[in-house]
Amino acid sequence: MSETARNETLLDEEDSQRDKYLTFVVDGDTYGIEIRYVTEIIGLQKITPVPDMPAFVRGIINLRGKIIPVMDMRVRFNKPFREYMERTCIIVVDIRNLSIGLIVDSVAEVVNIPAGAVAPPPELTRRGNRFIMGIGQAAGEVKLLLDCEKLLTEEETEQLLTS
Amino acid sequence: MSARQGDPIFEAYLAETTQLIEELEELILVCEHEGAFTEEAIHEIFRIMHTVKGSSAMMQYHNIAALAHALEDLFSLLRERPSRQADWSGISDLMLEGVDFTKVELHKLQNGEPADGDASTVIAKVNRLLGKLKDEPDAANGAGGAAASDASTAGTSGESGSATCGSGSAGGMIADPGASDGPRHFAARLIFTEDCQMANIRAYQAVFQLKDRLLDYRHIPENLLDDPDAEAVIRDQGFRLFMTTDRSRDEIYEALSGISYLKDLELESIAEPDGRCGPEPAEEHASRDSPAGGADGGGTDGGGQPAGKTAAAPGRESRTPAQHGTTIQVNVGKLDELMDLVGELVIAEAMVTQNPEIARLQLEQFQKAVRHLQKITKEIQDKVMEIRMVPLATTFQRMHRIVRDMSRKLGKNVALRLIGEETEVDKSVIEHITDPLMHLVRNAVDHGLESAEERAAAGKPETGTITLEALNSGGEVLILVRDDGRGLSRERILEKAKARGLLHRPEADLADREIFQLIFLPGFSTKEEITEYSGRGVGLDVVQQNIAEVGGTIAVDSAPGEGTVFTIKIPLTLAIIDGMNARVGEALYTIPTTSIRESFRARAGDIITDPDGNEMIMVRGECYPVLRIHRLFGVEGGRRNIEDGVLIMAEQDGRGICLFADELLGQQQVVVKSLPRYIRKLNRVRGISGCTLLGDGSISLILDIQGLFNMKHEGEDCHVGDRTERNLAG
Repeated sequence: MSETARNETLLDEEDSQRDKYLTFVVDGDTYGIEIRYVTEIIGLQKITPVPDMPAFVRGIINLRGKIIPVMDMRVRFNKPFREYMERTCIIVVDIRNLSIGLIVDSVAEVVNIPAGAVAPPPELTRRGNRFIMGIGQAAGEVKLLLDCEKLLTEEETEQLLTS
Repeated sequence: MSARQGDPIFEAYLAETTQLIEELEELILVCEHEGAFTEEAIHEIFRIMHTVKGSSAMMQYHNIAALAHALEDLFSLLRERPSRQADWSGISDLMLEGVDFTKVELHKLQNGEPADGDASTVIAKVNRLLGKLKDEPDAANGAGGAAASDASTAGTSGESGSATCGSGSAGGMIADPGASDGPRHFAARLIFTEDCQMANIRAYQAVFQLKDRLLDYRHIPENLLDDPDAEAVIRDQGFRLFMTTDRSRDEIYEALSGISYLKDLELESIAEPDGRCGPEPAEEHASRDSPAGGADGGGTDGGGQPAGKTAAAPGRESRTPAQHGTTIQVNVGKLDELMDLVGELVIAEAMVTQNPEIARLQLEQFQKAVRHLQKITKEIQDKVMEIRMVPLATTFQRMHRIVRDMSRKLGKNVALRLIGEETEVDKSVIEHITDPLMHLVRNAVDHGLESAEERAAAGKPETGTITLEALNSGGEVLILVRDDGRGLSRERILEKAKARGLLHRPEADLADREIFQLIFLPGFSTKEEITEYSGRGVGLDVVQQNIAEVGGTIAVDSAPGEGTVFTIKIPLTLAIIDGMNARVGEALYTIPTTSIRESFRARAGDIITDPDGNEMIMVRGECYPVLRIHRLFGVEGGRRNIEDGVLIMAEQDGRGICLFADELLGQQQVVVKSLPRYIRKLNRVRGISGCTLLGDGSISLILDIQGLFNMKHEGEDCHVGDRTERNLAG
């Protein structure tokens, strides 16, 4: 979907997009990401590694002439790296005009989670929890809802802390 | 006045006016250089000011319009009497002041700010000059038959000129016995429509159109252009024109009735023109009198001007008309997008033509069509690159202005010579080198060249020369900034470098060139020294940074008493390079072809390893470091045995390095793309300058040879993983 087409869709469907989350599975847990960030879902592509990158940045891919970085969500959440398989997907998100691909174990579905069904995250205990903005419940299942912006920006603070 | 970004009319106005003002500046500098404003130049300047005035008034930028109007008036006057000897350098100064003012205003508009500058000082100056110029001819004309020398006194006497009666010259014209079969006299009254703007200008146009057919004329109001009341007078009483002509009444009537915005026209024959006395008729005469004035032996008037005219005309004239209408301005962003699209087109083409589904089919017609398609895509690619290339001429021309202003300020005689200004570089390169060039030229005038006395004492011509030279050299463009001044002082640089703690090696070890190179170090020079210290180095580190940003380098060489040369080396284009693709394991790398010297296979015995584990190889008696790409970037897979792979010798600034890769895949032009913003934000990727897409859609990383050298110097223990791997391998 092109940028403009996406924006138009956004305008038209802002209401219908509200409270909708795309859910995906990483290491057995189901996560949700606000649908408005999602540009498309693509199958696994050939990834070109870039040196000097943190482990969770697997490299760059060619998305129809546009070069975008890809991030392995397992590694991002401090889970062990697992070789990619047939069901491995790349969710292309656009966060503040920055395109990035998220490598996930598999994509599940689009669910509707009204704001009332979202509970705040528990106190931060594990590192992987930094990106969770809430816990949503849909169809009796628990989904960890991701804060997309933090996925990109958290690294900076992390670097500041370690340096 | 609100910002109107995005409004096409506003954009067009900005683009057009900016271009006109640049043309104007160039024109003025050319004229100044020639020592005279030629007739063509004056016409051209008049045309430019007229256009600027019109469009600025339309856009409601009244300050720009008012200034343009004043300058237009000035040149309209000059245009009418081309043979006049005027204070050209004063006029140039004034024009340039106007140019600068307009530039500042345009810049404000560009940034979305209101054009709120006050032009009144400049306008006042223009009007003062205009008044002075207008006063002069009366005396000069009146003296037409008598003493030409009066002209100079009248010129300086200012106001007195306006009181001089113009009858002398007018009478002279009418009395000309060969004029006609009896001149007739007419009186006309022109009434303009209420909605006519600037009636005085219309009246002026009427006079202008008609005057070739008139032997003599005068009008009320007399001063059409800079009498503020003229417009009101014309509105109230109409514009009255008294003419003496040998043409018929009908012809005059017809000519007058063709004037736009005319509401009413009265034309009557009169017996005798009434008494004429006043500056205006005399002034108007000047234009017609001019040929006669020259022939009269009007002294310097006649002599100097035509000569200058013929000398300057060809160069200027042949270029100016061609520039209009044949160029358009395009947003660079659009060109970038176009370039990206072409890159994608090339990839898409490869995906179609090399599609595995048709790979084994015999398709004769299809292959023919493919070749045709490939030819066209190649041409598109070349054209797009060509469009992005712009000659250095505009940038070079700007230096004229700097040299001019600086030389005046410092009282030095400086000649600027431009060589190879037609050399083309990528647009993005131009943007990055303009400031450094200006800096170098300023430095050359200020510090490089000696004063006239010093030069004379040293037996050099008093006029110092600064040469700007551009030339193509392989995939690079060289720009040389050369002066014939005093040269760099080795001792003073050393002294200063020591004082600032920049010297880390024993003095004796340093070659002259290395010492000169010290001036590019940050902290070599500080601001307070611009005035007291005569050496160079004012912010040269910034110059170097700017040039490095576009992948260029700068070096300096100098000989005492003979001058200094700065050599800037920049890549032709940043967008497309010739690259050699190499494979390492699964990864692909592209090495700029310009930096590759050779490639070869090595035998295991050729490799020398020092105690730190650094590998080297001897090639023709010289020792080069060996850099294994798989180690450097931690690539998995790939060949480990030096005999299985290939060594590529890359070179930068005279230093060589051997890169070890699995195999070479071939050479091709690649579109350089920067790494995604997120990647760049995370970490500075060393040794990689960007990436590119190959025909099959795979990504290749472009190696930054300069960066690789730096990594080599930083030591290799930064890659812990490599070390363990090496230990295992060893």
